[in-house]
Amino acid sequence: MTGVPERQVIISGVGRSAVGRRLGRESLDLTLDACLAAIADAGLAPSDIDGLTTWPDIKGELGGFVGPSVAQMQQLLRLDLSWHLGAVDGGNVLGVLAEAALAVSARLARHVLVYRTLTEASAHGARKPRAVLANSGDPWLVTYGVGSTVQFAAMWAQHHFHTYGTTREQLAWVALNGRRHAALNPDAIFAEPLTIDDYLRARMISEPLGLFDCDIPSDGAHALVVSHRDFRRDTDAPVFLEAMGVARPRTSSWAFWPDLDEMAADGCAEQLWSRTTLGPSDVDVAGLYDGFSIFTLLWLEALGFCGRGESGAFVEGGERTGLTGILPLNTSGGQLSEGRYVGFGFVHEMCQQLRHRAGGRQVVGAEVGLVAVGGGPLAQAFLLTNRS
Amino acid sequence: MGAEPARPVPVVDDLTREFWTGGERGELRITACAECGRLFHPPGPICPSCHCRRITYVVVSGSGTVDSFTVVRRPWIDGYETPYVVARVRLRDQPDVVLLSNIVGVDPEEVRMGMDVEAVFETRAQVQVPVFRPTR
Repeated sequence: MTGVPERQVIISGVGRSAVGRRLGRESLDLTLDACLAAIADAGLAPSDIDGLTTWPDIKGELGGFVGPSVAQMQQLLRLDLSWHLGAVDGGNVLGVLAEAALAVSARLARHVLVYRTLTEASAHGARKPRAVLANSGDPWLVTYGVGSTVQFAAMWAQHHFHTYGTTREQLAWVALNGRRHAALNPDAIFAEPLTIDDYLRARMISEPLGLFDCDIPSDGAHALVVSHRDFRRDTDAPVFLEAMGVARPRTSSWAFWPDLDEMAADGCAEQLWSRTTLGPSDVDVAGLYDGFSIFTLLWLEALGFCGRGESGAFVEGGERTGLTGILPLNTSGGQLSEGRYVGFGFVHEMCQQLRHRAGGRQVVGAEVGLVAVGGGPLAQAFLLTNRS
Repeated sequence: MGAEPARPVPVVDDLTREFWTGGERGELRITACAECGRLFHPPGPICPSCHCRRITYVVVSGSGTVDSFTVVRRPWIDGYETPYVVARVRLRDQPDVVLLSNIVGVDPEEVRMGMDVEAVFETRAQVQVPVFRPTR
């Protein structure tokens, strides 16, 4: 399986700005912090960067969901780009990481800077946030009072509860597991202990999902340098891309997804495993998307860490998913506790884990890590290692 | 009664008019392929099954079942006071057709997975919005 092009790709540098709630910092300022940190971490100078991408690269801030454009960043840094992509659809969540990997494996660029900036906490301020869907004007959604992805996530959860007997007490462990790891993460927004009683008593948002099933609007920028392994420089600890999955089967629609027994995650996971000789039992640490808690359960099943319908029991009690469990999961705290960086927080954490720089939450001896992000019709998965 | 904000009125176009106005005659109208006859939703200019581009509307029974639902506790859209029920309804005429809709005429706590429902229509301006209530 040496033939897949992503095997030529490394993450040579990672960078993170200040992160947290309502930092009161400009989006561009945060972005520059993260980008310069990632470039320095890779042992490079800005003039070495010949590829650039972000998502979403669209007009308007959408309540802090959109950061600086590729055009703006190229202009500010005066980059000589041999490849660039201001992404709209295929780049969603971590799709831009896959695009960057393709660009370097095709030798269109040596070092692609991938960045993602969110200022949702500051943008929301004291106002009640309006979700992206509420602003979409999509008549099939707003006509029926559908304003947030949480309502779709809730229907996936309701299906899982009804079909497999999954309970709120089991689902709670996605949040509880993340929170205990967040206590070991200085960057986490929520680090105080969370009990199952706290979880169950919290207000409902969209049944059966409550407050602690929903991630936290946050401020912060992340950046990655994605390089061809032939152009490794002074990076003492590159992270190697083993395989990736980007499939979107069936439809692009949240509202009209045909069967709630599946998400795009299922097709994406199948594609990922078809591109490597490794399998679920080889994974030492995983970051599975918890923008809404139910998505983590559905990723566990899609990726084959447990059988269909078994994910509630898999996470219950937190033993399997702890730092010394069979599958250390969401070791940063995930988006439920560390903050919503729309996938990038998971890659950042996985690079820390695979470079053995994760401090008190380090998974001892971690060599293979899996990051899988998105929910519903959105999905990407990346298998990463610290072995060349 | 204070003036409550009105619920959203969908923009109607040639493709969607029969869906949004069929309720004037008490009819739930769904797009179908003129060639293979299969129903599909939302309306589009091409059949998702056989990719024929001759599309028509047919009147369906309006009966369906609740595929999944959520009781919404946090407000998102003007005119929708919480709690309210957002649901996926599978049409009895062709169960792979899913409508995103509301369940009305029942306490939100009483809605169940698999519940039999029937289409009713909510008048908003010039439009009859199809929603569903438990079958009587």
